[in-house]
Amino acid sequence: MKGFRSLVRPYIVFGFIFIVIPMVLIVLYAFTKSGNSVLTFQFTFDNFKKFFDPVFVKVLGKSLEIAIMTTVICVLIGYPIAYAISKLKENTQTFLIVVITVPMWINMLVRTYAWISLISDNGIINSILVAIGLSPVKIMYTDFAVTLGMVYNFLPFMILQIHSSLTRMDYSLIEASYDLGANRTQTFRKVVFPLSLSGVISGITLVFLPAVSTFVIPKLLGGGSYVLIGNLIENQFITVGEWNFGSAISLIMAVIIMISMWVTRKFDQDPEANREVVNNGGV
Amino acid sequence: MVGSKQRRIPGALLIGATILFFYLPIILMIVFSFNDSRSLTSWNGFSLRWYQELTRNREIVQVVTTTIVVAIISTIVSTIIGTITAIGLSKCSRLLKEIILDVNDLPILNPEIVTAIGMMLLFSSLAVEKGFWTMLLAHIAFSIPYVILSVLPKLRRLDPNIAEAALDLGAKPMTAMTKVIIPQIMPGIISGALIAFTMSFDDFVISYFVTGNGVKNISIFVYTMSKRVNPTINALSTIMVVLITIALVAVNIVPFVTKRKEEGKA
Repeated sequence: MKGFRSLVRPYIVFGFIFIVIPMVLIVLYAFTKSGNSVLTFQFTFDNFKKFFDPVFVKVLGKSLEIAIMTTVICVLIGYPIAYAISKLKENTQTFLIVVITVPMWINMLVRTYAWISLISDNGIINSILVAIGLSPVKIMYTDFAVTLGMVYNFLPFMILQIHSSLTRMDYSLIEASYDLGANRTQTFRKVVFPLSLSGVISGITLVFLPAVSTFVIPKLLGGGSYVLIGNLIENQFITVGEWNFGSAISLIMAVIIMISMWVTRKFDQDPEANREVVNNGGV
Repeated sequence: MVGSKQRRIPGALLIGATILFFYLPIILMIVFSFNDSRSLTSWNGFSLRWYQELTRNREIVQVVTTTIVVAIISTIVSTIIGTITAIGLSKCSRLLKEIILDVNDLPILNPEIVTAIGMMLLFSSLAVEKGFWTMLLAHIAFSIPYVILSVLPKLRRLDPNIAEAALDLGAKPMTAMTKVIIPQIMPGIISGALIAFTMSFDDFVISYFVTGNGVKNISIFVYTMSKRVNPTINALSTIMVVLITIALVAVNIVPFVTKRKEEGKA
């Protein structure tokens, strides 16, 4: 049996090359001057100083604003939906969960792309508005369009996480609450909601993280001049070719995400169970 | 009873509205893939021209082939490495296991774009020419962590005595693994492989940064094409939606129905 231990060796090498070294490279690039080869690095903080230009700070602020907005909307919509589903018969629940999962299996770009025909200036929504005698509205290339795209893409994660925390709940606790004379509202506030909090928290992580870093949704629905932090990184690497500055921005973003995840997890009593939920969420 | 029914109506409305929100764009996309014009907003009659275009357009055929080939190879490789590693992890010391799992969590917890630029920097530092192989390697690399995490819990629930018994009875370690351990953790391996396949099939961000030489998968193709609207994408997506729905129905509904039938017989 002990012989099986050596089976981890290939992955130690593989993981070192494909997980550890890339992270080290990002840090290295972030702290060095551009133009020099990896072996003759000159350390510098210039890449970080550059980021504190008001233009870039504004981009960061905008990204956080949109991501937080998306997360809040997902909690506010996702919780009641998950709760309503959890009250149904078990077969109906399974069916609805599959129905909610199906779109998640469709390519994210394709799904986002599908919104364009609905919300573009001469899209379906505006055609309907004009047909019933109203004036058309500008939706494409606005904050609203970007937030809509994000909510559309990430809401399923929130619903699934909250739903699974609601159904895993020990029902006898709810019965005990009623037996002790609590009414529906009290039971919800004092028993159901606190117990479902771990689902809400892993949902928040699963929504906030991609929302703050995506560059696809802002590009497709916000247009070419709509810049969030993900677009900024993409531009540095794909168009401008300033890899050092791009690495520094990614590092700043990664740190912000780590801090926000750490803060969110503080609210969670059972991180181990949480890990399981996150892992099962995709299947 | 009346009270509980009344309470259910807002819930049903909410669920209905959500499903409409999720499916409206997809339904429109399907409808307009049969439209006899370039327009994605006004209906000009039924036609299959975009589906014909799909088989005629060489670039699209190329893109679909690349996506499928990468997805299949990366699924096989990452499932094998992931499963072997998970088996090894279940037997190694606590400290080593913790360290490996923490590193393994990095690509899962990191935003995709960070993993993507990390890989890009890696390939450029090694002066590897970017293209099909770098994309494939990157896909294998980002899939393995998910395979490990889906196999590991199954191993935790495994009775170690059974494999010991196989060894005591004279089985070689390799036989003990393939005949005793792997069959018992099969559900974990299958779900790991499924995650790996869909992750690879749908991946955009990582592929976008590590590819080169004009090698594109479906996502990159959609991204570079969407600047000018093209209904061929709708046709392609419709086929994908149909395939995915069939697969999901097969996975979720069929076992459910057969179970019911068996219960009915009993």
